[in-house]
Amino acid sequence: MGKIVYEKSKGLTDTPLHYCPGCLHGVVHKLIAECLVELDILDKTIGVAPVGCAVFSYRYFNCDMHEAAHGRAPAVATGIKRALPDSVVFTYQGDGDLASIGTGDIVHVAHRGEKITTIFINNAIYGMTGGQMAPTTLPGQKTTTSPYGRDPAHCGMPYRVSEMLATIPSAAYITRVSVYDIPHIVRAKAAIKKAFQMQIEGKGFSLVEVLSTCPTNWGLTPIESISWLKENMEPYYPLGVYKDVSASEGGN
Amino acid sequence: MGKKILMKGNEAVAEAAIRANCRFFFGYPITPQNEIPEYMSRELPKRGGVYLQAEAEFAAINMIYGAAGSGARVMTSSSSPGISLMAEGISYIIGAQLPCVLVNMVRGGPGLGNIAPAQSDYNQAVKGTTHGDVHLIVLAPSSIQEAVDLMYDAFDLADLYRNPVLVLGDGMIGQMMEPVEFKEATNKKLPPKTWAATGTRNSPDGKRRIINSLFMEPEDLESLNLALQKKYKEVVEKEVRYELYKMDSKLDVIFTAYGTTSRIVKYVIKKLEEEGIHAGLIRPITLWPFPQQIIGEYASNSSAKAFVSVEMSSGQMVEDVRLSVNGKKPVYFYGRTGGIVPEPKEIISYVKSIL
Ligand SMILES: Cc1ncc(C[n+]2csc(CCOP(=O)(O)OP(=O)(O)O)c2C)c(N)n1
Ligand code: SF4
Repeated sequence: MGKIVYEKSKGLTDTPLHYCPGCLHGVVHKLIAECLVELDILDKTIGVAPVGCAVFSYRYFNCDMHEAAHGRAPAVATGIKRALPDSVVFTYQGDGDLASIGTGDIVHVAHRGEKITTIFINNAIYGMTGGQMAPTTLPGQKTTTSPYGRDPAHCGMPYRVSEMLATIPSAAYITRVSVYDIPHIVRAKAAIKKAFQMQIEGKGFSLVEVLSTCPTNWGLTPIESISWLKENMEPYYPLGVYKDVSASEGGN
Repeated sequence: MGKKILMKGNEAVAEAAIRANCRFFFGYPITPQNEIPEYMSRELPKRGGVYLQAEAEFAAINMIYGAAGSGARVMTSSSSPGISLMAEGISYIIGAQLPCVLVNMVRGGPGLGNIAPAQSDYNQAVKGTTHGDVHLIVLAPSSIQEAVDLMYDAFDLADLYRNPVLVLGDGMIGQMMEPVEFKEATNKKLPPKTWAATGTRNSPDGKRRIINSLFMEPEDLESLNLALQKKYKEVVEKEVRYELYKMDSKLDVIFTAYGTTSRIVKYVIKKLEEEGIHAGLIRPITLWPFPQQIIGEYASNSSAKAFVSVEMSSGQMVEDVRLSVNGKKPVYFYGRTGGIVPEPKEIISYVKSIL
């Protein structure tokens, strides 16, 4: 008898993922699913899918799901959590969804200290609609709506969501991670687990920003995408913990 | 039945909602309906409910979407510009077939308009609320007592048809005071909310629930639309409501008016009677479904020379009256806009000018 060394998480359904080859959305799905199972909360979790490439995530996460309008996942999650305070609620959102059309929603879900968890996929572009500029698009980065490269004189510099949200008093846990190699995947999983734990303990709003790739719309191979992320995104969006109320509780 | 108490319309609407077992309210302040969220913020926490002030109306309606999908009895209230901001969310709620109650205490438009009473959101309420092939069930009270009674029905209708119900008032209904009596909750037998997403541990069949309005395959989306239309057909067959006032056999003119203007028209009818002009009123209580059939019957069978639709708009409901009359009699319109409530004497002289 062979020993099972790896199994697909029960937190995911058997539906094949539709993401492009080399896209990191799938890796993040897997981590969330594993955390929900390991924390034994899958049967009381309600997820909120965004509008973006992850729109079909309601097909993949093996728990109850809501599909929200573009940018509105935090408001939908608020309604769910207020109606079902004993449940675990998460949103899964891209950078167009969260940092553009839904900026108000994410700021206010943090401001109210909603006991929900947000997984924020920052890939510096709009994936689903075909590669348009996002608020997170880097200076000089070419997209279908910044064909000459993002010009900060024309449309400003990309803003940093985690740093901004960390200034909000009722945000409990804000961290930025990536998933481009095994050590980073391990750290990202720990962050996601901690974010859910903060919710379960009623500490307040938790968000994990994940630097991710979009090989299709970046026009790069999966391997090149990872190099591009490391060389361009990571310096502008430094990884790290931006807020952690549990750390300050313990005293430094 | 309890005893009669004097109450402001907005507060009475809020109290009626709580008595109808609404326990969740999400909203954003806007005049002339602020007493509703204020009342809710005071009362709901004491009565086992949740009041939450959203950062904007588009957030409020999406909180409603989340709470409704979780099986909660939930409502919001707003006034004209706020309802415009809710439009996208309302379509998602209809697409996902969820129940909720919306209140619009209509104010003068367009734009920021003003805060005086108006009926200029009729078309928005019954025809153009949002995208897609959808309807709201629209209830239009003409007194505070009726607003109270309709709130109970609004929640039941929403649950029964799994569709939002809009209670369309105006600044007058919201702001004036009248004596009201509250009945106990209807406790109508309603289908259990087995579709709600409350976590699989609570699922009656152990299966997970998805609250969704996305159907990529055209055949699947058409199926949703056919299901909605089937529901709407049933609503049209079963839920039309109207009041007939002085619709006697010997009529010279038939008024159509709803809400605040219908009360002025009732006074006008008495005054015309004194001058020997026989007038009656068909007052739609449901604006959608519209009481098309009864209007059509009177168009065919009554002695009246004409219909006159009186509204606080530039002529919106009158289009539905014309469709219902279907060319059988002339249909006239008298209206004031901008937050002006028409005076009986203007209506009287208009009627005389057309007879
Ligand atoms: C109100 C509204 N505006 C615009 C759109 C079109 N739209 C769909 S997804 C999207 C951007 C998605 O990008 P992002 O959130 O970064 O997610 P990604 O696809 O990159 O994962 C846009 C603009 C929409 N569905 N709804
Ligand atoms: S378009 Fe980009 S973000 Fe979307 S699935 Fe493909 S690679 Fe991933």
